[in-house]
Amino acid sequence: MAVLVLADHDGSAVTQPTRSAIAAAGKLGDVTLLVLGPRAAAESAAKVAGVAKVLHTEDALYENGLAEPLAALLVSMAEGYSHLLAPASAAGKNVMPRVAALLDVQVISDIAGVIDADTFVRPIYAGNALATVKSADPKKVITVRAASFDPAAAEGGSAAIEAAPKGEDPGLSNFLGAEIAKSERPELTAAKVVISGGRAMGSAENFHIIESVADKLGAAVGASRAAVDAGYAPNDHQVGQTGKIVAPDLYIAVGISGAIQHLAGMKDSKVIVAINKDEEAPIFSVADYGLVGDLFKVMPEFETEIGKK
Amino acid sequence: MKLLVPVKRVVDYNVKVRVKADHTGVETANVKMSMNPFDEIAVEEAVRLKEKGAATEIIAVSAGPSACQEQIRTALAMGADRGILIEHDGLLEPLAVAKLLKAVIAKESPDLVILGKQAIDDDMNATGQMLAALLGWPQGTYASKVEPADGGIKVTREVDGGLERLQLKLPAIVTTDLRLNEPRYASLPNIMKARKKPIETLKPADLGVDVSPRLTVLKVEEPPKRQAGKKVGSVQELVDKLRNEAKVI
Ligand SMILES: Cc1cc2nc3c(=O)[nH]c(=O)nc-3n(C[C@H](O)[C@H](O)[C@H](O)COP(=O)(O)OP(=O)(O)OC[C@H]3O[C@@H](n4cnc5c(N)ncnc54)[C@H](O)[C@@H]3O)c2cc1C
Repeated sequence: MAVLVLADHDGSAVTQPTRSAIAAAGKLGDVTLLVLGPRAAAESAAKVAGVAKVLHTEDALYENGLAEPLAALLVSMAEGYSHLLAPASAAGKNVMPRVAALLDVQVISDIAGVIDADTFVRPIYAGNALATVKSADPKKVITVRAASFDPAAAEGGSAAIEAAPKGEDPGLSNFLGAEIAKSERPELTAAKVVISGGRAMGSAENFHIIESVADKLGAAVGASRAAVDAGYAPNDHQVGQTGKIVAPDLYIAVGISGAIQHLAGMKDSKVIVAINKDEEAPIFSVADYGLVGDLFKVMPEFETEIGKK
Repeated sequence: MKLLVPVKRVVDYNVKVRVKADHTGVETANVKMSMNPFDEIAVEEAVRLKEKGAATEIIAVSAGPSACQEQIRTALAMGADRGILIEHDGLLEPLAVAKLLKAVIAKESPDLVILGKQAIDDDMNATGQMLAALLGWPQGTYASKVEPADGGIKVTREVDGGLERLQLKLPAIVTTDLRLNEPRYASLPNIMKARKKPIETLKPADLGVDVSPRLTVLKVEEPPKRQAGKKVGSVQELVDKLRNEAKVI
């Protein structure tokens, strides 16, 4: 079977969630990776372990990831593939259901396991249940939960790069602009350590307490919905059922109560630390190490302590 | 501008769901049901567009069992003008719902359909995109701002890394993210008024739509449980454990 994977990339390399999608795709058949953008991204994609072929175009039509032309392109390519996959990133979640509907199949969102070519495991109800579903559709269109699949190695492959077909422009939407934060910190869904702040941070200024510890640990910064809603942290920092799903080696929750919607995004982390002044906070029920205390006292001490060798 | 807002009846977000003992699904008997929170945001946005004078009529549509009338009534109490119930007992997947909505849209010709980005029960995040595909309309998903502009609409979207802005031609599909607005509570007088607003009931067969599921649920299980660990007494102890026991820093 041949499997087509739509890559997310940063202009020079495919993202780690894409490499997780490649790992999931590898369980289904030979992987062809579709890379839309600079040649450099296609070249690094060709080195990813388990990629048999890279299809590439620099067509400006796909530069901003507009769903309508992108879905049209994927549908035009679908013929040769049994499965079409993408990471469950904002981009993947935006386009794959559109592709599925155009192919008259039910999309299978956010899979956390591959049982066989037709059967997949996916979390439902904020991860409080895992459903095993079998698709009767002739083609499967899938998004992949990155945290559930070890990423394919970035090096080790030597796939051929070929030209992707030319697609049509439905001309339905225009890209006006974006405000994408540049950060030196690791990407939230790829980081080995994540430290998140909640409503208790109290202000955007106070959030620097989290950021400066993050920089000492080489960690990514996350937030609860309450912290994002209050404007303490940007929207793409939200961890949870309806934000980002993370599973780092270490997750530190600071001033976060542990609502099910938040737990949904981080409870598969290897080690969880909770810092909260309320010893009854539900976050402690999933924490490996809990520290009851006022974060404004604890965090500066924590920063000093990790600085010591 | 005529607006259509689909609303889904789901297990309330405060309920901790339990997997059924026979592993066929989760327990929904005697559980509090509500409108999907993202759909409340969609209704609110529609009502605000109408209050601003940008919209003339709001139709709330729900597909599911007859009890979905409650969620339609909630939408009517928030400010929608009339409701349509597409009555069906049994599972409806996003593709089926998108087909039902497409059939309703063929009759109603709205200019804009605002949906929640995701239902908090199946967590599929799909119906809006699928509907846009079936209609051949543009989609502005994960919206944190919606403004009528230049004969179309401008949508600010929450994406990985930040925000982006799109201009969509009408008719169009928008799906809501959490930061779009804060939904209002319906006032008592508006709840009373909503009782008099009309709800039309249709069946999938009336709309000529086959809603057979494409996915068979083989089993539903509980995820592996996490054990609560220990409380540490000090920052020093915490850092020591992280270094020497967990070895994660
Ligand atoms: C549709 C929907 C989707 C949602 N999606 C998400 C999601 O994706 N992610 C998410 O996170 N939430 C989500 N939520 C929201 C979720 O239900 C909670 O409201 C939210 O997670 C609470 O955030 P919090 O823990 O920061 O705030 P709170 O619940 O207010 O908790 C604050 C905590 O800080 C502690 N605290 C206060 N002061 C201090 C101090 N000085 N030192 C130490 N601790 C202190 C308190 O004891 C408390 O436990 C969603 C909700 C809905 C309805």
